[in-house]
Amino acid sequence: MADTETTTGTPADGGNGAGNGKKATRERTPFAESAFWRSIFRSGVPRTRAARMMGVLNSVFLHLHPVRLPKHAVKVKYTWCMGGLSFFLFLVLTITGILLMFYYRPTVEAAYGDIIDLGSQVPLGIMREIHRWGAHLMVITVWLHMFRVFMTGSYKPPREFNWMIGVILLVLTMFLSFSGYLLPWDQLAIWAVTVGANMARAAPLLGHEGPGAALLSIGDVNFIHAGADAKFALLGGRFLGGATLLRFYVLHCIGVPFIVMIFMIVHFWRIRKDGGISGPT
Amino acid sequence: MKATINWLADPAISFTLIILVFFLVFPITDRLEKISKRLKIDLLWTNTGGLIALGVLVLFFVWGLTDENFRLIVTKPDNVPIVGLIFLVGFFTWLSMKQARENDNRMGQGGQPLEASDKSKVLVWPDLIYIEFICLILATVLLFAWSIFVKAPLEEPANPTLSPNPSKAPWYFLGLQEMLVYYDPWLAGIVLPTLIMVGLVAIPYMDTGDRGTGFYSYSGRKRAISTFMFGFLVLWTFLIIVGTFLRGPNWNFFGPFEVWDANKRVVLNNVNLSEYVYVFLLETGLPRGWLIREIWGILLVVGYFAVLPGLLAKTVFRNLYERWGTVRYSTFIVLLLMGMALPIKMYMRWLFNLKYIVSIPEFFLNI
Ligand code: HEM
Repeated sequence: MADTETTTGTPADGGNGAGNGKKATRERTPFAESAFWRSIFRSGVPRTRAARMMGVLNSVFLHLHPVRLPKHAVKVKYTWCMGGLSFFLFLVLTITGILLMFYYRPTVEAAYGDIIDLGSQVPLGIMREIHRWGAHLMVITVWLHMFRVFMTGSYKPPREFNWMIGVILLVLTMFLSFSGYLLPWDQLAIWAVTVGANMARAAPLLGHEGPGAALLSIGDVNFIHAGADAKFALLGGRFLGGATLLRFYVLHCIGVPFIVMIFMIVHFWRIRKDGGISGPT
Repeated sequence: MKATINWLADPAISFTLIILVFFLVFPITDRLEKISKRLKIDLLWTNTGGLIALGVLVLFFVWGLTDENFRLIVTKPDNVPIVGLIFLVGFFTWLSMKQARENDNRMGQGGQPLEASDKSKVLVWPDLIYIEFICLILATVLLFAWSIFVKAPLEEPANPTLSPNPSKAPWYFLGLQEMLVYYDPWLAGIVLPTLIMVGLVAIPYMDTGDRGTGFYSYSGRKRAISTFMFGFLVLWTFLIIVGTFLRGPNWNFFGPFEVWDANKRVVLNNVNLSEYVYVFLLETGLPRGWLIREIWGILLVVGYFAVLPGLLAKTVFRNLYERWGTVRYSTFIVLLLMGMALPIKMYMRWLFNLKYIVSIPEFFLNI
């Protein structure tokens, strides 16, 4: 692999380690040419066109991108960077979320107090704020991203399927945010979730107060009742309580992020496979 | 002034005004587009127009913040994102429409859209990485500043026996909660959201062909864009704003400068369609059996979804039907009628105090 650089016009100076620094010219940082540096970044300092291309190709992170892009596609006024920002916020939320998990216990007794401690006891006490406002921001950036994709007509063939993946990501993003809303276990949290749960109760066929629920029965045996319906499944009980908190906690911290990640992988893969960022044909 | 704005903010009035303005700003037919052009509405999509609109919005918020009631509701920590949303949606609508109109003009003079004018390619490193990096820094700075200046809210510990008034869902679901005013939970909370998702997924399968991909443009895609914007701006964003800022105790309407008075009395004399028919029109009193009682409403609903699509296919949507064929047309029309069912019910409520078109509490089936 490292041989490819010889074609770039910057031949690697064999023994030019840090010790021989005096000999090196000003513009070349000897360390960046050292064997140690080269063991990490094989293509060296990306000064030439070819080295830059290799740099993108060789990095597992950067190679999500193609090597070259049409000029219009890198402009902020075209993509608004909104997909990228959504992904970035997802990463920020993952990191801050992991830190919050160190301190937060999902039980009715402990949750509220832990949230208070997060602000008052834990060093750098704005972790909760970054997580909460980041989540709100991500909902907004995902909406705006969808809006941009619509306005540039980028849902049209061959990108129909990726648009569908996008819609799933949109719904998952909102559910992720919603499931986190319960965790502080304050009045705001439980009553917001109650509003949602009451809608589940009224789901057609699957909610015990929904139209058609009575149809799912054999003789006198109802399959859908207050102890077995969509609301029960959401809350883990007839009423909102400890079981609900645990359920939302698991979904919020592991279940939904896991699913979101899978769909994001597909989303990013498909962007490339559908021919990269859309552009006029 | 404040009294006027309070009065204007009432959903019945603000919604009507918005619909009227909407179809001039985002004209859906050639005729409307001509009128819009004559009224010079396109000036909105220029730098000057955008700056003036921004100025007006900023001034409104600054002036509004001097009012205690306005300040109370707008600066509530969990409402801050929606204030941001208003500005962001406004800005990006402007940004996309500005580029769309520029491209429309270029193409009108036989040219190509700006995106197609320079076919050369650039390297991802450094051109894109650099931009992404700046975006990340800016987003991080914004997030940190927001987190330092606005504390995350924490109310009293959870108390399942004491429900706050009003109880609100998180703001991004307030559009759905606002629909609860007009439709029962099974429709507003389950069926309509499901159809929004289905509708979004269906967009590329209805609006097919790859014409108009990859550049901003309005004229060539006005039907698609206008319909989408109606859903996104009017039925989704506007309802969220109403649900967040204008709904107080008992989900009553309060203007932006009004005190949230939990004792506000609102006369609720909503009447079902069956009562209109049997009590007011035929003066016989409600029949006992639900089928006879609700038959008019059922006929109306069935007519709306089963007969109207056929009629439309023969008249307004004749071309569309011929081009699209039965399956594509049916998908489109059912989704469109479902979408329109919301504003229709809103107006029936405002004009006739209509509560339910069909009301069969026996089966929890109210429409
Ligand atoms: C968690 C949410 C999402 C993430 C992280 C994400 C990420 C991205 C990124 C990074 C891009 C590259 C271009 C750009 O930044 O605009 C992109 C493109 C795209 N996204 Fe998303 N996206 C998300 C949600 C959505 C949604 C909600 C939709 C639509 C309903 C969608 C549809 C698309 C399509 C069709 C493209 C290709 C656009 C083109 O080629 O111009 N995505 N996405």
